[in-house]
Formats: sequence, C-alpha cells, structure tokens
Amino acid sequence: MPDTVSFRLNGKPVQISVAPSRTLLWVLRTDLGLTGTKYGCGIVQCGACTVLVDHRAVRSCSVDVQSVHGAEVVTIEGLAQDGRLHPIQEAFIAHDALQCGFCTSGMILTAYDFLRRHPNPTREEVVDGMDDNLCRCGAHVRIVDAVLEAAAAIRGEKLS
Amino acid sequence: MSAGNDQVQSSQGVQPWTADALPSRRDFIRRLGAGLVVCAVLRPAFGAEESEAAHPVTVRPNEPAGFNAFLRIGEDGHVTCFTGKIEMGQGPVTSLPQMLAEDLDVSIDDISMVMGDTDLCPFDMGTWGSMTTRFFGTVWRAAAAEARAVLLELASERLKVPVSQLTVQQGVVIDSKDPSRRVTYGQLAQGRRIERHIAVKPSPKGPAQFRIIGKPLLRRDSRDKVTGKAVYAGDVRLPGMLYARILRNPAHGATLRSIDAAALKGIEGIVLVQQPDLVAVLHELPDIADDTISKLRAEFDPSPSRLDDRTIYAHLEQASLEPKIVAQGGDLQEGRRLAVKRLDATYLGSYVAHAAMETHAALAHVEGDRATVWASTQNPFGAREEIARALGVPIPNVRVITPFVGGGFGGKSFNLQAVEAARLSKATGRPVQVMWTREEEFFNDTFRPASVIKIQSGLDDAGRIAFWDYEVRFAGDRASEHLYDIPNHRTTSIGGFQGPAGFHPFPVGAWRAPGSSNNAFARESHVDQLASLAGVDPVEFRLRQNKDARLARVLRAAADHWGWQPAKGPSGRGLGVACGADAGSYVAAIAEVEVKEGRIAVKRVLWVQEMGLVINPAGAKIQVEGGITMGLGYALSEEIHFKDGAIHDTNFDSYSIPRFSWVPKIETVILEADDAPPYGGGEPAIILTGAVIANAVHDALGVRMLEIPMSPARVRAAIAAKGTAA
Repeated sequence: MPDTVSFRLNGKPVQISVAPSRTLLWVLRTDLGLTGTKYGCGIVQCGACTVLVDHRAVRSCSVDVQSVHGAEVVTIEGLAQDGRLHPIQEAFIAHDALQCGFCTSGMILTAYDFLRRHPNPTREEVVDGMDDNLCRCGAHVRIVDAVLEAAAAIRGEKLS
Repeated sequence: MSAGNDQVQSSQGVQPWTADALPSRRDFIRRLGAGLVVCAVLRPAFGAEESEAAHPVTVRPNEPAGFNAFLRIGEDGHVTCFTGKIEMGQGPVTSLPQMLAEDLDVSIDDISMVMGDTDLCPFDMGTWGSMTTRFFGTVWRAAAAEARAVLLELASERLKVPVSQLTVQQGVVIDSKDPSRRVTYGQLAQGRRIERHIAVKPSPKGPAQFRIIGKPLLRRDSRDKVTGKAVYAGDVRLPGMLYARILRNPAHGATLRSIDAAALKGIEGIVLVQQPDLVAVLHELPDIADDTISKLRAEFDPSPSRLDDRTIYAHLEQASLEPKIVAQGGDLQEGRRLAVKRLDATYLGSYVAHAAMETHAALAHVEGDRATVWASTQNPFGAREEIARALGVPIPNVRVITPFVGGGFGGKSFNLQAVEAARLSKATGRPVQVMWTREEEFFNDTFRPASVIKIQSGLDDAGRIAFWDYEVRFAGDRASEHLYDIPNHRTTSIGGFQGPAGFHPFPVGAWRAPGSSNNAFARESHVDQLASLAGVDPVEFRLRQNKDARLARVLRAAADHWGWQPAKGPSGRGLGVACGADAGSYVAAIAEVEVKEGRIAVKRVLWVQEMGLVINPAGAKIQVEGGITMGLGYALSEEIHFKDGAIHDTNFDSYSIPRFSWVPKIETVILEADDAPPYGGGEPAIILTGAVIANAVHDALGVRMLEIPMSPARVRAAIAAKGTAA
C-alpha cells in the first residue's frame, strides 16, 4: 500500500507516495533519480549503497524508505555545498583515491560519519573504520591517505 | 538522472552520451561539423592477437571504413578524440589525452574524450591485455603527430612561411622569426571541413622533447566520481523503461522442467516474458521485479555435473588432451642425468571470481530493427555483434554506448547481460534494464580457471638448475616460460587457457593477466625451493640463473630498495622474493609476512616494475598498488566453492575479497626506461602476489604452500603435515 513518506533529502524537503516497505536504495535510484548511490551486494557487505541519515552512515540496501520518515538524508550528490566540494571529496581527488569509482560514494559517506566520530584519527583507526567497505580496484592505501588528509583539513590543519 | 538530462554533463573532459543526440551513422564524420578531422589507419590485424572476448568479433564495421583512431579539432580549437577503448578505472581517460597533448602540442584541458560508442568511435577489439598504451597508444600518438603536421601545413599556407620556420605552443602556431605572427589551431580549422586519412608512420616525439608525457597527472574523472555524477550503465534512465529480473538456474547444466506463474496474477505492473531459454519478470521498479521473481515456481532437472572444488583437480590432471610445446631447449634426458638433487612438485590454483564492484548492467532500447544499448562492457564492438546476432538484425543497426565501467578485470568481455536486455526490450517493446544482482554476478561470472602445474627439476653438482620440465594444465601459456638460464628445459601447455568447450563445469574466462599469476606462483615457488635445496640466498640464486638484463635490473633494484640481507631460506624472517615478466614488462617483488594460527598477515610489499616508457607515472603507480592489493585475494582467500554445477559462493559474505585491514605497507618503484616503447601496466602488477607471499611464508615457517589461495585452514594443514613429517 502506498503511503506518504516525507524527509529532507540533500537539504530539500521531499514527500513521496511510495510503498513504505520499499528499500531506500531503490527509491533513491529510481523514484528520486539519485544514481550516485550504488548497488553492490544488497546484503550489507560492501558499503557501495551508503548514505547519511541524520549524519550517520546507513546502508541504504537494507533499510525501508519509511525508516527515514522525518529524517535528514544526504546522498553523495548532496555532500558538496553551493558547488564547493566537501574536504573528503577534495582529498579523494588530490590522492587519486579511486579507480573505477563504483565504491567511491559509499567510501566518502562512510568516511564522513567516521570523521564525525573520530575527528583526529590514527592511520590504524581509519583502516578499522573503513574496513567494512569493499573496493575491488585496490585504491585502499590512497583512500586511507585521503581520509587522514580530510580529517586534518576539517580540523583546519594542513598535512604536509 | 535521465539520459539527455543536463545532470549527465561531465566537467572533466569526458563527453556525455545523450539519447536525443543519436547520430545517423552514415554521416558519422559529416555530423561532426566544421573542423579538421584526422583519421589514423592501423595495421589490419591490430589487437587480434590477444582477444579475451567470449565470442570473438567476426565482422568488422564498414563504416567508418578503414581507420582505428581519429580526432577532431573544432573551430574553437577544442580537440575531441574518439576511441573504442573504455574507462573501467585503469586510467586511459587521463593517459590517452596526455599522449595527444604531447604530440599535438595542445593543453590537456582542451581535450575531451568520447569512448566506447560504436556509432561515434572507430572499431576496437576490446580493452584488455594491458594493450591500450602498449599497442594502441603508439598509433594514437602517431595520429596526433600527423595531425600536427597537417596543421603546420595549413599554417604555412596561411602565414606564408615554410613549415620549418614554425613552432607550436598550446595549440598556437607561431612564426619563429616573427613571434607576433601566429595562428591558432581553431582558426586553421575555421570554416573548413577538412578530412584527412593517413596511414600512420609513427613519428611522435622522443623522450628529450617530452613536456607532458612522463609527468604525473591526477585522474581526469575524479570530480565526477566523487560527486556521484559519473554515469554507469545501470544509471541511465529512459522514459517508459522496465527493470528485469531473470530466472536463473540453480546450477550450471540444470534445465528448466516446468514453470508456474500463477502467483504473479494480480501483481500490478508486472510483465512476464517466457521464452524457452529466457524467463524474466519486469516492472517499472527494480525492487518490485526483484520481489516478484521469487514468486515464480520453477522446477529444474539437476545438472549432470558431478564435480566439486576438491575433485576438480583430478579432473584437470586426468584430461587427455594434445599437449602444446611452448618452449624447449637442450636435452631433458641429459639434464636428468646431470641432476644430483631432484625436486618435483605440483601447484594448484582455484577458480576465482572477477567480483567487480559494479555488476553487469545494460539498458537496451529496441525499436523495430534498430537497437541502442548502454552496457558495462570491455568490448562494445563485440557486444554489438552479440546483440545483433541475438536480435537477428544487421550489425550496423545496433549501437552500443559504454558509460563508465565499474571495474572489469576481464569479466566484462562477456556481454550476456546486454544480450538479455536487448532480447527483453524486443519482447516487451519497451526499454529494458538488466542489472545483475550480486548473486547473479557470482553465478554468471566467467571465473578464472582452476589449474594444475607440475614441475620436475633438478640441481647439478654445482648447485645450478640442470633441467626444468614444466607442464601447465588449464592456466594457459601466458608467462609460462621459465625466464631463467636453464640448459635443458621444456614447457608444455595442456588445454590452453579455457580448455575445450564444456570441460569446466561452468564458463571460464580471462582474469587480469590471464594465467600469468598461476604460472608465476608455480615457477617462483619452485625456483625458491630450488634455492633452498642449493642452500643459496633466493635473490642470489635467481641472479646466478639469469641471463636477462631487464630481469636482473628489477631484481637488483628490489634488493637494493629493500635493503636485502642475503640468507638461505628458510631464514625465519618471513621474507620472500619473486620476479616475472608479463605484457612486455618486468617485475620483482619482496614481501614480509607474519603467520599467526595459520592466518597470513602481509606486513610490507616492495614492487619494482620496468614497463618501458611511462605516460603517466601517477597512473602507473596506482595500477601497481591496485594489482598488489587485488592480488592479496587470489593469494589468501579467493576461491569459488561449487558442487554439481551449483555455485556455493554467492556474495561477499562467503567470498572474501581484500579489505583495508589486509593491505600491507606498499612501496612501488617504477624504473626509468624512457627509450623503450611502453609496455603493459595494469596486469603485470598482479602476477607475483601469490608467489612472493608463498615464498615469505616458507621463509617464516619452513612450510611450502602448493595451493592458492593460502587460506588459514590450508596453512594450518601444511604446518601440521610438516610437524608429522618431522
């Protein structure tokens, strides 16, 4: 049965008529046309579908759309503000921290939540924090470098 | 985002593909409008020697006839280049414009790329085999050099000075005697429609003249990929499209006996397609199609296959097929006579999945006898032919467009999903997207074949290898030769890479550097064992047995950078070394491991690669890091479990690919070889990971791992077996 689900998506209010048990991932990718959120495994193993719900990283393949009713949802398309990239996005570019790019949205949003909770992480903490996101191309070393640099940038420091 | 929508616009010089801008192929070049178009002709069989396609392309396109690369210089001076190569993460989106910028003398910012579109781009066999830079790049550069020559002729007419008096800076031709007299490439192209076909005689710049080649450049597609703008096949939307979910067999070889679709009645918007070999449910929402497919009640007759992941090796060993001699020299009998110490061993390698993060996806729109298909593919022209055959339409009636590909590794040279989408679009009369689930991806993947490699060898009384008798079964010939200075030797290959049709229990296919990793694992493990048997340090042993200057160079560089302290193995330090050659490049690696309760932790890897001329050192380094990291999987964990045609690993919960916490400290050294042509980049970087880890494990524990992956259970079993033996 369709129902009305309302939430804020990338800073703007949305109201959609949708079967409430439908998966957030597919509602985003089809009904809402935001294809930056990727399907990789469908069973919370790879992290490609990660979005932010109230600033927390959530695997959108595993939650109902009704679970975000009233929440603030940010997808990769909404991370840059007024055309200005987020420091994590800047750091991913500066470190070539991607190859095929298919895991990248999930990596960046997972890193966002991680850095919110660990503003000054060690390398080991970044590895641990990112460990449940999969990348097949082998960009891992650069992703860790990028997350560390982004952490410094967010703190207002400059890594050498 | 819909195709044709502004959101598809790319800011990084990657051209978008739009549904409302489909060209009529006959005016392929004419529709490019005013400007200078330069077409380059390659040798006819270009790229045919190493096809990785599941179905080799048999028909070459007539239009555009006879050229393989071309570029257009617009009236604004902007350069657009068209290539059938595709971007799947390996970086041609940066390295190809980098070459053009060099040889055409323009800014790289003035270059955009159109890739993998069969209506717009010249024919290409496929993106694989580390051939983009190695073979295609050479011609690509020559085409740029020729285009520059044409522009200089035009400038010479315009400025009325001889060509020899002209120089070019960033797309501006300047009279060197009077620098105020100048004309831009854009001005030269203005108001003209010049079409030049040239037979390429390579005359690009030499290393001394390089300004851009050899400079590290960041990827040009990053901005789109970090903002979610980059479009992959599964992201393209068309009005009225349906999403399909296809009924899959429970096992390879199983056959559909009966189907009951009664439970689908009353589900709104569901379309059922039922053909003898293709049953699918379609809906305007992919998740509804996904929920509905499980309601189909299907019964299958079981697969006749009685093989599983343990019995497969006997199947491979017992296959009686005509052996192929890959190489031989000296006299094996004499070598056996000279051997005072014998060492024979058998090395096993499992089936391995490609497991790209993007599953196979395609959107097909069939209208009458024409089709447009957006596909994640490594060979758009091969896909076009497969689709045309399935639809029964002429090949030129099919247009395949390749957006960004989310990883390939050889797995996307097989275009089943594009054929499925096209057939379902034809059946329903609507655009249809097929995007495989991860479970379908594991089921339909063309796995890296399992292999058995048997080596017989011996040392003479001087501690040198007296003979080497190498038999590879089902890993293929590639990189199977021993590389070393061995007087009496033979390399035999059985079954080639894929084996005869139906030999494996499911489809197999090319996997990053096909066969090379298995051959390197066997050869370098065995050479390491011989070094131990001789009581000689493994680096020293390899150098003593070597007569190849490039191999010696990478090995010595690896030992120097590591600070290698010679010791005979096993030394207890957990250090391994390996070397090899692939796709024209030479590689050497040193690794350090720690083993706890059978679990191998790789602490540090040093990788030295000599790959000839390097176009983009930053891109090359990324490829090496990626190869090492991806290689940890086939070395440590990746294997397909199966029984009676059923694939038991269906997702990443049981099929374990490398994670952040597995990645060692990685050091890469790319040796300068600017005077050599460019060799392969992406593939050589994966071939030694298995061997170097196996050798390091032996150095740590004195235990020899003969099977990849070296899972904790196998390591523990090997330790236990050694304990029993001692």
